[in-house]
Amino acid sequence: MEATTYNYKVVRQFAIMTVVWGIVGMLLGVILASQLIWPDLTFGIEWLSYGRLRPLHTNAVIFAFGGSAMFAVSYYIVQRTCQVRLWAEKLAAFTFWGWTLVIVLAAITLPLGYTSSKEYAELEWPIDLLITVVWVSYALVFFGTIVKRKTKHIYVSNWFFGAYILVIAILHLVNNAELPVTLTKSYSAYSGVQDAMVQWWYGHNAVGFFLTTAFLGMMYYFIPKQAGRPIYSYRLSVVHFWSLNFIYMWAGPHHLQYTALPDWAQSLGMVFSLMLLAPSWGGMMNGIMTMSGAWHKLRTDPILKFMVTALSFYGMSTFEGPMMAIKTVNALSHYTEWTIGHVHSGALGWVAMITIGSMYYLIPRLFGRESMYSTKLIEWHFWLSTIGVVLYIAALWIAGVAQGLMWRAANADGTLTYSFAQVINTMYPFYGIRLMGGAMFFSGMLIMAWNVWQTTRQGRVVNDAPIPQAVHA
Amino acid sequence: MDSGTISGIVTIVFVLVFIGIVWWAYSRDNKQAFEDAGRLPFEEDNAPISKGDSK
Repeated sequence: MEATTYNYKVVRQFAIMTVVWGIVGMLLGVILASQLIWPDLTFGIEWLSYGRLRPLHTNAVIFAFGGSAMFAVSYYIVQRTCQVRLWAEKLAAFTFWGWTLVIVLAAITLPLGYTSSKEYAELEWPIDLLITVVWVSYALVFFGTIVKRKTKHIYVSNWFFGAYILVIAILHLVNNAELPVTLTKSYSAYSGVQDAMVQWWYGHNAVGFFLTTAFLGMMYYFIPKQAGRPIYSYRLSVVHFWSLNFIYMWAGPHHLQYTALPDWAQSLGMVFSLMLLAPSWGGMMNGIMTMSGAWHKLRTDPILKFMVTALSFYGMSTFEGPMMAIKTVNALSHYTEWTIGHVHSGALGWVAMITIGSMYYLIPRLFGRESMYSTKLIEWHFWLSTIGVVLYIAALWIAGVAQGLMWRAANADGTLTYSFAQVINTMYPFYGIRLMGGAMFFSGMLIMAWNVWQTTRQGRVVNDAPIPQAVHA
Repeated sequence: MDSGTISGIVTIVFVLVFIGIVWWAYSRDNKQAFEDAGRLPFEEDNAPISKGDSK
């Protein structure tokens, strides 16, 4: 018999874990920001040292928080816009437990110091294999659901999710090609500048396809739903999809300006990064223009505030990124705090805020309620997050530019004007402001957790959301 | 063929592909199809059984 309801169970599991991992990942960020100010904060315990916690922070926020959010929304959206129940539900359940196991293993191995030393791909080879199995299952569930859809068209969000699932699979396999020597140690298949290029082809596309393409899919569904009107231009979203994905693939070399990478590859990375501005802003404008005629809702709806602010940060950081990829700008900005500021303007401002907004839409619907327990607390969360991000990135802009200028300053006789320690000393006040901004963002997540807890406590678990039986379109 | 010529050819091919995509997206024949697709998130709200997704 054909299913008459959607599978909300796996969506619910991932949605709740999104909030949990968000708190864990951001708490780690706050600890790291504190360690930069007070290096002895963790009493010299090696498992809690900066170098061990830092990859745990990046993995937790990107793959645990962001990843769980993507599983949740892609399973939700693909079912609702294809008007069918998930294909291979046992496999979908496996993706939840498998992904959670990956995260737990990361939380154990990274503090113990097991690392392949590749940024955002630090996990050792047995975990890489587990990720591959989970990811292939994810692809089967997702594309299987698309195949059995009852609607004629495939909604644009699903195109974005499809590209993200496919590309992440390729990136993961290529970058993690490695030779195991023991259970906990492996060596990369690449060496020298090839290794660097493969790593940053992976690294930048992790930003491009994990943190951008996937979350644009989220944006293309939840902004129209929350604003109560279809996307401003569906045709623009089609052009957005193809041009963004095509151009992103080539931007990686901008992480290796002025290195041993051949000049032509550096220039290629720079030019493609500059070109990225066009599709990025096309997509941002498409989201913003969807609000036209519904702007008044912003006054009363903090969920929309989250989403529109996320788009603003998306626009800002996708302007900043291409600028930083220009070689002469990169000469100043690279290796400074400016880069960290840029990353967080994208990660907190765009990824986290669109996720938080979407979760506030999604969670009540998964627990049989019209809305979250408290709208006022969402409002509080919104302002804490917004002020937090602004403090964070403004502090690191100033810190980064100061750092870059001090490093390059030279005396008349060619010696450096400032010692490295002098530059670090200049950073302290900005590290303080950054910690404050990060702590504000983190405390917003705690408010969210309370709000979610109250919502689930008073709601009921929804397992009977009906699939529309009359097929339109 | 030197690398400059290859770059030139690749650039032309990519530009043509881009123009093709824009033409496809904005051609009159596809207008209705894309507008229908854009309404997909709202289809559920008009379906006879479902009373929106708040249930």
